[in-house]
Amino acid sequence: MNEIDSDIIVEAIRRLECDLPEDIEKKLLEIRGKEEGLSKIVIDSIIENIKYAREEKVPICQDTGIIEFFVKCSKEFKKIKKIIEEAIRRAVIEVPIRANTVNPFTRENQGENLGRFHPIIHFEYEDNDFIKIDILAKGAGSENVSCIYMLDPIKGLKGIKEAIINTIKKANGKPCPPIIVGIGIGGNMELAVHLSKYALLRPINQRSSYEVVKNLEEELIEEINNLRIGPMGFGGKTTTLNVAIEWAHCHTASLPLCVNIQCWALRRISILYDGKETKIIR
Amino acid sequence: MMEKKLRLLGEIMKIWKLNTILDDEIIEKISIGDIVYLSGILFTMRDMAHLKAIELLRKGEKLPFDLKNKIIYHCGPLLKGSKVVSAGPTTSMRMEELEEELIKLTGLKGIIGKGGMGEKTLNALKRYHCIYMEFPGGAGALAAKQIKNVKEVYWRDLGDPEAVWVLEVENFGPCFVTMDSKGNKLR
Repeated sequence: MNEIDSDIIVEAIRRLECDLPEDIEKKLLEIRGKEEGLSKIVIDSIIENIKYAREEKVPICQDTGIIEFFVKCSKEFKKIKKIIEEAIRRAVIEVPIRANTVNPFTRENQGENLGRFHPIIHFEYEDNDFIKIDILAKGAGSENVSCIYMLDPIKGLKGIKEAIINTIKKANGKPCPPIIVGIGIGGNMELAVHLSKYALLRPINQRSSYEVVKNLEEELIEEINNLRIGPMGFGGKTTTLNVAIEWAHCHTASLPLCVNIQCWALRRISILYDGKETKIIR
Repeated sequence: MMEKKLRLLGEIMKIWKLNTILDDEIIEKISIGDIVYLSGILFTMRDMAHLKAIELLRKGEKLPFDLKNKIIYHCGPLLKGSKVVSAGPTTSMRMEELEEELIKLTGLKGIIGKGGMGEKTLNALKRYHCIYMEFPGGAGALAAKQIKNVKEVYWRDLGDPEAVWVLEVENFGPCFVTMDSKGNKLR
């Protein structure tokens, strides 16, 4: 299989970890002027860090996360899985990425960033020759404060908002704000979580095409920023850079909600094989 | 030791350039809102190193490294060969349950992390004269730039992120003092 090999995945992981997506960096530059005091010093340090990491080709954050793959293709699932595994093994040494995976009981670290059910790959069947791999690296600081709720349907939009705001209040400075919030609404329990991760892949200034969701996104951005948690929790005007919501139909008795909190270092990248050539895209 | 005073939001905050061996006299002068730049050595200690250290100390055993008057760093560094390439702070609150005891039993004087800590640690900082500082979260590359050398590593069997790395640092900062030894906290 020549369309995708471990070389291009290792290269994508290197860019994923060392070079922050342009839309996030632009947003951070935009908010820099709005902050004061310690919060401004924090944003200055973050921007200096992003530039230094890119120039030196070193990971932005030592927590290179758990790298998650969203693969869309028509065939060769097994081969792609093997190639991704190989790329992770190589990236630990070549990028490098930190060996983060451990046995949850013994806490033993085998040093390869692999293990039972790793790497985490979500396959989706695509009925054409294209292969698209979206890659997300998420650290534990923000993953640890993310939450899933199975709300009562009568709670409605108000209940959804309350749960989201409370989750973010509780997380406070822990997930390295300014954060980005990925939200999954509907589906069932695991689909809500999946959708919330998927939401993080969306460019940050792109609103939902569904009016109800678009409004909810805009209201939440305002309300979360009004919490004044600010950069690193030091207070300030920017608590979130974006809120993105993905949704699915759900059971008549359910209202699943996943609030996926992401630190400012939203590391995402894609690989696309368009039938002719393979490219890394952002 | 104190470099300059800066006026921010009407508050005067101090900027300190300090050696990493601290004593009570210096600790008492440092307040929340101050910014510290450190030169000397830091000991990385996170989840598993806390657990292992406390287990040993409770049994009356000694640690293979001396933390008296020293500074620990809640961090699991990323290395390429023997060079630290990214080493920002990890969330300190995970260590809340064990920090008081570690301060008490080792006599450490400073903690660097992120996200803040709880009441139990705040009380310990006051009681045993210690400060808690925060490095900007996620700024791992910038932190590594200020780490000059790895002097030693202990407990590598815990896995590299959890091991105790003795790091030689130069002007390591900005470290924001968010909990001081007088019972104040910033958040």
